[in-house]
Amino acid sequence: MTTNASHPMPTATALRRLRVEAPEGFVDAVLDRLGLHEGDRLVTVPSAAGDLFVAFNDGGISAVMPAALFDDDAAEFALHHRRETGRPIVGGTARPPAGLLAALRSGRATNLRYDLSGLTPFERAVLTKTLEIPSGEVRPYGWVAREIGRPRAVRAVGSALGRNPVPVLIPCHRVVRSDGQIGNYGLGVAMKRTLLSAEGVDIDRLERLADAGVRFVASDTTHVYCVPSCVHARRIRPAHEVHFRTAAAASAAGYRPCSHCTPAEVRDAS
Amino acid sequence: MALRSDPTVLEAMADDLDAGYGAFVRAHSGAVYSTALRLSGSRAEADDLAQETFIRAYRALRRFDTDQVHALESRPWLLTITLNLWRNHLRRAARRPRPAGPGLLDAADRRRGPEAAAETTDESRFLVALLLELPEHHRVPVVLRHVAGLSYAEIASTLDCPVGTAKANVSRGLERLRALASRSTPVLHGQEAR
Repeated sequence: MTTNASHPMPTATALRRLRVEAPEGFVDAVLDRLGLHEGDRLVTVPSAAGDLFVAFNDGGISAVMPAALFDDDAAEFALHHRRETGRPIVGGTARPPAGLLAALRSGRATNLRYDLSGLTPFERAVLTKTLEIPSGEVRPYGWVAREIGRPRAVRAVGSALGRNPVPVLIPCHRVVRSDGQIGNYGLGVAMKRTLLSAEGVDIDRLERLADAGVRFVASDTTHVYCVPSCVHARRIRPAHEVHFRTAAAASAAGYRPCSHCTPAEVRDAS
Repeated sequence: MALRSDPTVLEAMADDLDAGYGAFVRAHSGAVYSTALRLSGSRAEADDLAQETFIRAYRALRRFDTDQVHALESRPWLLTITLNLWRNHLRRAARRPRPAGPGLLDAADRRRGPEAAAETTDESRFLVALLLELPEHHRVPVVLRHVAGLSYAEIASTLDCPVGTAKANVSRGLERLRALASRSTPVLHGQEAR
């Protein structure tokens, strides 16, 4: 029986070479179909801060980053995400989690689910409280500290906000210095101003008041005092607007704190 | 070819099915996909069959208790599912006429990729074609033994037959393959055979 060199008899060795690996992405495809993601999914969504990479898993949204920081390269973000969380980005193009796009349009992200599992209870408390600050308003670091029952932990609040894994959505850009100045931001002060302006915050006005040492704005008709960015403070007509440097001075003058912005004396970080 | 890590994989899966299933799929995806590919001759069908195998397996495992997971013979169990899916697929395909012959020459299968490289040699293409000429009762044991790398005991378990029968079927299948090879060689290389 003649056979030639290129077509030898079928041997066990030759057959073994017909064994192949499953195609690229096979495991992910199976896990996707079963809803068992070993990592986070990724979507790119538009926002006032430009396109955002948003990572999420079954527990909720786990990371938010401006795409521009990674030259719009999702693979670069995936490397960063793996370093930060230990989880890979898996799956193909994902649909945004329910409510994400609406939250980015409205600035109200309180109904989204967040995966804050890598954070300490203190950090989670800070971020949960920060989530309550309405779009278009700001609160001092000391306000967050006081609200979570840790009035002396002003610096720690600043650090916790600096580690916010889901900026823009959990609005750490709405937390400002206790003297009313805009203060720092993890993604840069320019980004903080962009985000606040996009929400309708009058930054020039806030800075003018801060420069003048004004921390509270009140109405002499209602006798209610507010933080300057409070939605109620912005409705006071100039003829009736009264300024205070301290909550004590406002109280002494017979004014009561606004129930919306809950102003009060707060500690400075320094 | 032997998966020494199998006890570890099963351990993790018994502990937490959802967390451990990825490692299980990864450990056996090659054997399941290769079997599906060499039985069906089509990458697209193999992908469907292999994915469906792991979907069915997961659903079954959810009803297993810890002891059952520990006692699992992974490859025979998975490949039994693959074979059933493939036979069902053939039965359905037989009922409606197919536009093309066996998936062997699917245009999509000619796409390039790391797996495609396995068949770039004439020898591999030749063997792939020969395998598809084998009748099912020979093709299955040969693929299980020599492509998927199962032991005779595992093949016996997969095909639900005595080990001796498994050995005999693999050996007869290989003989049949050799007979086809010697017949095919002159056909494919007429002038050289003269």
